[in-house]
Amino acid sequence: MSEPSTTTIPSTLQQTKAAIAYCLCAVVLQIFLTAPLQAADEYRSVTIAEPYLEMRTGPGKGYPVFHVVDRGEAVDIVKRRTDWFLVRSDKGKEGWVELGEMQLTLQADGQQFDIREPGIEDFTNAKWETGLLAGDFGGANIISLYGGYSLNPNVSIELWGSQILGNFANAWMASVNIVHEAFPEWRVSPYFALGAGAIHTMPKSTIVQGEDRTDQIGHVGVGLRIYATRRFLLRAEYNSYVVFTSRDENEEVEEWKVGFAFFF
Amino acid sequence: MESRFRVLFLIVATISLSGCAATKNLFGFGDEEAPPPSAEAPGQVIDPEVDRREIKEPAIDREDWEFGAFAGIMSIEDFGTDLSYGLSLAYHVTEGFFVEATAGYSRAGYTSFEVLSGGAELISDDERDLYYYNLSVGYNIMPGEVFIGEGRAYNSSLYVIAGLGSTTFAGDDRFTVVLGAGYRFLLNDAVALHLDFRDHLFDIDIIGEEKTAHNLEATLGVTVFF
Repeated sequence: MSEPSTTTIPSTLQQTKAAIAYCLCAVVLQIFLTAPLQAADEYRSVTIAEPYLEMRTGPGKGYPVFHVVDRGEAVDIVKRRTDWFLVRSDKGKEGWVELGEMQLTLQADGQQFDIREPGIEDFTNAKWETGLLAGDFGGANIISLYGGYSLNPNVSIELWGSQILGNFANAWMASVNIVHEAFPEWRVSPYFALGAGAIHTMPKSTIVQGEDRTDQIGHVGVGLRIYATRRFLLRAEYNSYVVFTSRDENEEVEEWKVGFAFFF
Repeated sequence: MESRFRVLFLIVATISLSGCAATKNLFGFGDEEAPPPSAEAPGQVIDPEVDRREIKEPAIDREDWEFGAFAGIMSIEDFGTDLSYGLSLAYHVTEGFFVEATAGYSRAGYTSFEVLSGGAELISDDERDLYYYNLSVGYNIMPGEVFIGEGRAYNSSLYVIAGLGSTTFAGDDRFTVVLGAGYRFLLNDAVALHLDFRDHLFDIDIIGEEKTAHNLEATLGVTVFF
């Protein structure tokens, strides 16, 4: 009985990986094909209101200042990377300028350069969230990826996919969670989660009586969402799982994990 | 006689014409045509019917993502060194921090035991394929410039990276910790070359007892920011 299970594990994994690679390539091609259309747009222009604007060679404080643009001159914003803007002066000089300096420039309508940065209000109100957590699942290592959609500031639905890597068995797990936050406006926001899904367990090839099996799971959990900066948050949670096995007794598994996420 | 009438006519005409202008204030008509007081704003005289001009600002292109491919060598502990290659996708959170997802492939050779014993294979041919993925957090520690010749300067940065993932090798998925450092050399603001050194640590018990294997990988890569 053990022979077929050991030989089928690598082939199904390879198929899964090929499928993931195919999806990734499709997404990347899509991005590259649409990029030239965006590049054809005209650039946004701002006028320097402070005595001067410092241009650096790269998008970071460690890169040297190589040029300054005087008050009254205008610059075009070519692109942005993290908190740095690549700008081009009237004389054709290109350099990177920090967000803080850009906010002191003036737009075409004479107002201060208005660039809205995600803040703690978005932490409460953002619709979408995706993140990565890792931790311990009943003694095994777990790596999880999730995507969530907020129905309102208090309630969201999340889809989780996890890989569990243990000493005796590996597993894939998928679940749908309903998450409730009582105080979504708090910087450290506690939540309560309820979920259901399935776990596909594959005992290690070195274990003799191993057979792949798929079981249903249910879980309850508590956790914290902690606002870090911009659209970035930290997350930690504890879950108690019940695995509904075909044997006489159900398995109970405790899980904790920590990680980070983005909202958008 | 004629000239006397003409003079009289001229005098009457002159008085009546000038009187219209000069004497009108005496009869109380002056106030109506007085100039408006200067205290009133000119805006009330001309009522502008134009709204404030709405300027639609073009969107700013964001380039926080970095996608690339790499190739190099991977030394799989006990199983020799072979070619490795893969893809990476990074998101730059701040000027310092970035998160990266990497997937790669390499293939194991033969252990010295397998070579010396002449045919006794520890793992099957399929199991020699090594696939890995990992999710890492990196930090740019040394941003700076590289000067090539007198007239050329390129941006560069040295970064450290650490992550978690899974490696499929010798018949099992193995929980993997990745530690490494890399060097990013920017050809321009959108294209970069990478030189990466990473250690993939996972537990393996193929050769008797369980041990933590260090699998060193050195790669060269090209990435594009978008």
